[in-house]
Amino acid sequence: MTKLGDLARLIRSKNAGPFTLTFDVMFDTEEAYRRVTKAQVLTREIFSKLYRVPEADVLFFEHDAAKAIKISIPRPHFQGSREDGDIYGGQQHAPLVELVVPD
Amino acid sequence: MSEVRVLSASGQIGSGFMASSFERGISLEPHVIACDGGSTDAGPAHLGSGEPHFSRAGTKRDLRLMMLGRDKLKVPLIVGSCGFGGGDAGVDWMRDIALEIAREEGLKFRLALVRSEQDKNYLKRNLREGRITPLKPAPEISEDVIDGSDHIVGMMGHEPLAAAIDDGADIVLAGRASDTSLFATVPLMKGVGAGPAWHAAKILECGTACVVQRKRPDSLMAWVGNDHFDIEPMDLEMRCTPQSVASHTLYENADPFLITEPNGVIDSLASTYEALNDRAVRVRGSEFRASAQQTVKLEGARLAGYQALVIGGVREPFILRQLDSWLAAMRESFVARVNELFDGKVGRENYDIHVRVYGRDAVMGALEPRRDEIGHEVGLLFTITSATEAITETIAKTFAHFAAHYPIPEWRGLITGIAFPMAPTHVNRGPVYRFTLNHVIAPKTPLEMFRTEFLEV
Repeated sequence: MTKLGDLARLIRSKNAGPFTLTFDVMFDTEEAYRRVTKAQVLTREIFSKLYRVPEADVLFFEHDAAKAIKISIPRPHFQGSREDGDIYGGQQHAPLVELVVPD
Repeated sequence: MSEVRVLSASGQIGSGFMASSFERGISLEPHVIACDGGSTDAGPAHLGSGEPHFSRAGTKRDLRLMMLGRDKLKVPLIVGSCGFGGGDAGVDWMRDIALEIAREEGLKFRLALVRSEQDKNYLKRNLREGRITPLKPAPEISEDVIDGSDHIVGMMGHEPLAAAIDDGADIVLAGRASDTSLFATVPLMKGVGAGPAWHAAKILECGTACVVQRKRPDSLMAWVGNDHFDIEPMDLEMRCTPQSVASHTLYENADPFLITEPNGVIDSLASTYEALNDRAVRVRGSEFRASAQQTVKLEGARLAGYQALVIGGVREPFILRQLDSWLAAMRESFVARVNELFDGKVGRENYDIHVRVYGRDAVMGALEPRRDEIGHEVGLLFTITSATEAITETIAKTFAHFAAHYPIPEWRGLITGIAFPMAPTHVNRGPVYRFTLNHVIAPKTPLEMFRTEFLEV
């Protein structure tokens, strides 16, 4: 069973300012990038369900020159607030690593 | 001018760069040297307290090399978001370091300090006039929010920096500034293409973040022309590829194609990336779409109280199976204990005890898809916050003991339900801050929000 983490060169999350979280899924080869985008492994809808965020709040991009998928959402808790557990937003991508890519 | 060379010393002043890389950059005769010095990325404490993020020693080492390089070429040096938060205290801190280096090295220059901390009456007037609008998402704004913030800075664009250089500044130490503006200023002043100037600036501001495999923070050079720019890391062992440079607009931006600056939008939708050799990349087709109205982002921080931490772990299966109710009940029962401690003067509204459960959902919180799963042990991080250091410490000392012995129905007799890895069981961490604003202001002129002072050094 192939997972998104096996195909990507880098999957990461990060703050885009104190109020937004952004996720990058980046590939080395055109082949891996196309395989994932064609199979719709990660879409706005899938992300919305996985993270329980309304679809309307999910910004979704496919960046062909970077061979990357990018997603941005409002931070559930503002950076540095009482409930925020990740100041840099760097560990929010983990569920994406486990997404299954069909053979 | 057909080509402007811009040297980025490093992604952040104080994070370091190799002297050999920077020297190679200087040998290529840049028209400007620039470096970013701040961010909101490390949270609200730096803006709130005025305390820098990187060490004074590391910052001085980096600034010395930049000032010596500048002196050799007699070109402008721009350092932005000084002191990390970019408040007036940060500009003063960087100025003192620069003056110290000037004395030690015998350097002479015209120094501009461009401050970006905002006058509260100015902001309140603009709020009343409807010139301040929220970004999405933003906390509530009111005159009280403005008054209650310890520090509010406006993020300057390139105009105040260009004005300082026009006025003869050799070194510009700026308060909070858009990272990109630091690198776009001189190319724009020299009249090359705005699209390439801004897109190159976006790549330059992070130093070597755009290389294939970043060994360490280091120097990067851009050659900016009318319809393209070239980019190359100064360390010969690092390299850029079309993909690594294209990927850089993803980093820390919500939208990878459209990046908003104070006076317009960088549009890289039509950008193409071409390898010049195995280390350098040429980018064509980048656009800059100027806005009719300047918008300056406001950042504010205020004291949220004084905080102490209690760190512990739970391994006992009976506690783990009722963890949330146990943690809730102990904090509920503790209210009466606090009441006793302070003779009725401190109630539940005067303090906060928050707990993160590591091993379950401490990292992702509400976003965690597996928050119903729990392992055979968890880590607990309690944060205790109140308006004074004395109340926080008194509560922290008492709470750790109270929590550890809080009963569960399964056992009869005194339990010790939390394993503390250290004693004393609490750590005071002093003042804590929170962000108060995510708003933009529409100033009447690009310069009215920023104050420039010149020193002949």
